[in-house]
Amino acid sequence: MDWISPRSLKRLGMLNMNRRNVDYIARYNERSSYPLVDNKLKTKLAVAEYGVKTPKLLQVVKQQHEISRFREMAADLAGFAIKPAKGSGGKGITVITGRDGDHFVKASGARVGAPVLERHLTNILAGLYSLAGAPDVAIVENLVESEPSLARYSHQGVPDIRIVVFQGYPIMAMLRLATAASDGKANLHQGAVGVGLDIGTGKSLNAVQFNRPITLHPDTGLPLGNIQIDAWDEMLEMASRCYEATGLGYMGVDLVVDANEGPLLLELNARPGLAIQMANGRGLLPRLGAVEGLKRPHFTPSERANYAMKTFASL
Amino acid sequence: MNSPSRLPFYIAVFLLIAAGISLAAWRHVELGIPWLTGEQRPVWMVEARVDFDGANDSVVASLNVPEQPPGFHILTEQAASPGYGFSIIDKSGSRRAEWTKRKVTGPQTLYFKAQFVPDPGAESPPPSQQPQTKRLFWEEPQATAVREILSQAEARSSTPESMTRELIRLMQPDTRIQNTTLLVSEDNYLQLLVNMLNHSGIAARTADGLKLEDARRRQQLTPFLQIYNGERWLTLNPKTAAQGVPEDVLLWRQGSESLLDVVGGGNSEISFSMLRQTVPALQLAAMQADGNGLGFLSFYELPIEEQSMFRMLLLLPLGALVVAFMRIVIGIRTSGTFMPVLIAVAFVQTTLAPGLIAFLSVVSIGLLMRGYLSSLNLLLVSRISALIILVIFITAGLSIFGYQMGFNTGMTVTFFPMVIIAWTIERMSILWEEESGKEVLIQGSGSLFVAICAYLLMSAPLAGHLTFNFPELHFAVLGLILLMGQYTGYKLTELKRFTPMKAYD
Repeated sequence: MDWISPRSLKRLGMLNMNRRNVDYIARYNERSSYPLVDNKLKTKLAVAEYGVKTPKLLQVVKQQHEISRFREMAADLAGFAIKPAKGSGGKGITVITGRDGDHFVKASGARVGAPVLERHLTNILAGLYSLAGAPDVAIVENLVESEPSLARYSHQGVPDIRIVVFQGYPIMAMLRLATAASDGKANLHQGAVGVGLDIGTGKSLNAVQFNRPITLHPDTGLPLGNIQIDAWDEMLEMASRCYEATGLGYMGVDLVVDANEGPLLLELNARPGLAIQMANGRGLLPRLGAVEGLKRPHFTPSERANYAMKTFASL
Repeated sequence: MNSPSRLPFYIAVFLLIAAGISLAAWRHVELGIPWLTGEQRPVWMVEARVDFDGANDSVVASLNVPEQPPGFHILTEQAASPGYGFSIIDKSGSRRAEWTKRKVTGPQTLYFKAQFVPDPGAESPPPSQQPQTKRLFWEEPQATAVREILSQAEARSSTPESMTRELIRLMQPDTRIQNTTLLVSEDNYLQLLVNMLNHSGIAARTADGLKLEDARRRQQLTPFLQIYNGERWLTLNPKTAAQGVPEDVLLWRQGSESLLDVVGGGNSEISFSMLRQTVPALQLAAMQADGNGLGFLSFYELPIEEQSMFRMLLLLPLGALVVAFMRIVIGIRTSGTFMPVLIAVAFVQTTLAPGLIAFLSVVSIGLLMRGYLSSLNLLLVSRISALIILVIFITAGLSIFGYQMGFNTGMTVTFFPMVIIAWTIERMSILWEEESGKEVLIQGSGSLFVAICAYLLMSAPLAGHLTFNFPELHFAVLGLILLMGQYTGYKLTELKRFTPMKAYD
């Protein structure tokens, strides 16, 4: 068995689960703000006022009878995604990437008919994918077309960028790439690859899968060492804006880069995981401490993003 | 991140733990509830035997019985006397056991048994009103002798106690002067002492004590002198003037004029036999609880059914403590936060091996059936409801099957909480679909491991004893759980999880 001593973890400034829950989530995240991030529809509406773009909302299905309108809405659409508003961990998300006559083609390549999708909508409304089975709302969004330069690293699925934002400061970031093991989902504990990103430049640092360091993507075989995210400062500022929109002091912001529209917000997370530290090879604590120690916080998102890029890369 | 605002919290937790432990210690001292199971306490069983001959007449036999003798507690009292009416009567400050029968002939034997618990702190209550002294009329020449002796003793004393001591010393054979020789004869010594003390204005009386020795029969009482010092009755040895009741002496009679009155019978006799017994200390504490002001704090007075329920309930905090420790400090993943505790409670009732077999078979059969349910694409509520019914079918099937095969252990499966098992199956199955079989194995074995740990703790006899008899110890458990809620250190499993970080150190 291989262990790391608590002392060296402390030296690295690794944030652990207990401390994250007690000192950050419980202290900086208001309970009343949780519905904002746990419900994708509310998130969309809240961040829109702060100039944060999200995938275009095509339809909201709130009632069973509204499902009949889905077919006419989807009639001339090539690609879209159906999501449960309160789903978590990518549950219940169906992505349609194209059409094959009357049939819809799913991301996995399977062809399904409209009745299957309608039943899927019914299931979402009944709360099949929401926490504790509470009744839910289904949202239909424009399909995100991932920027080709990034998309090629990912096995199926859209690569997304997770940025941890603390009191409005983007403090750490990673790129998440779906793998065959993660079944096309960008979820780290399901086997997706996490690539740490230098907060100052947007360049890749290290990569991990299942908590173990890797250098090549297990499916695409591409080296993960020199990925560069474009428009990095713009993305950090966008993530920073979500703080004003939700008021959550400690959260994870998930962004995607759309080929046509640029960076879009996918979802927010009030309990972001700790694996981002391993992808970066850095602990979160020094950066969290730096923000907590600020005598005069910066007021605008762009100031905060600039400060983060200048300061945190070396921490 | 230790901001000063947490200090009051730590103080409160410390107070909580301290309160729990000190309350328990207090009750241990006051009520004598033992810390450990199986602790024994000595108890004296004393039997008074009254013999008399009936004279073909109605009989009232009245025996003085102790009422709170110094140095002892009365635990139980009972009388054995076939054919007699019996009652215990409080009459003018003395307790008497009274046997009655309409027509009595021939030799009769009555028994009165009582159990006494040694308790060095026990004292007789002081009298409610000042006892009166009776001045006796003495004839000459005794009157002069009494006056002489009393003035001699009075001159050399300052308090009732010292006066009595001096008087006793003057009455001893080796210091006897002419005056005392005149007064003292063989059998009037004690009564004379009492009369003289009363004469001098000190309230005095006789008392009878029983020397306790293991397995003695046909013992007689030894007389003692009691004087009133203005606050309470003091007991003295009439020969040596030693003050206080010896530890091995039980004062059977004090304050009452006569030990035994038999009306309607003759040749009455009384003798005592005694036996040193040991009683579980816990039973003793429970029997005494109702007499003590602290008794209301314990569960002993509840009906037995509720008591046994609380026995179970009071174990739950220990299970919660184990779960909190395992999840917060060790970092073991379990399916459902407190499912392991409920499983552990079921294990306590079924014992480990049969419980484990029953649980594993119910869950695995349930998982197979759930696999079919999931292909039906049902809604959550009806899926769980169906699962509950299936779980009941499975337990019923296992019980009947086990019984027909001759295993009574099959029946124990009914102790498992059905709804909890149904939810466990549901969660495991979702986990299987969403994550993998490996994750199910990790969380399932984690849950079972925690459940077994909790079971081992909860089934320890000491744990059951302490939680039930010292419920206030739960304050300490609560304090520990609160403390753990503030634990921000690394979990044991995180030391493993973050191992790759070694490369960056």
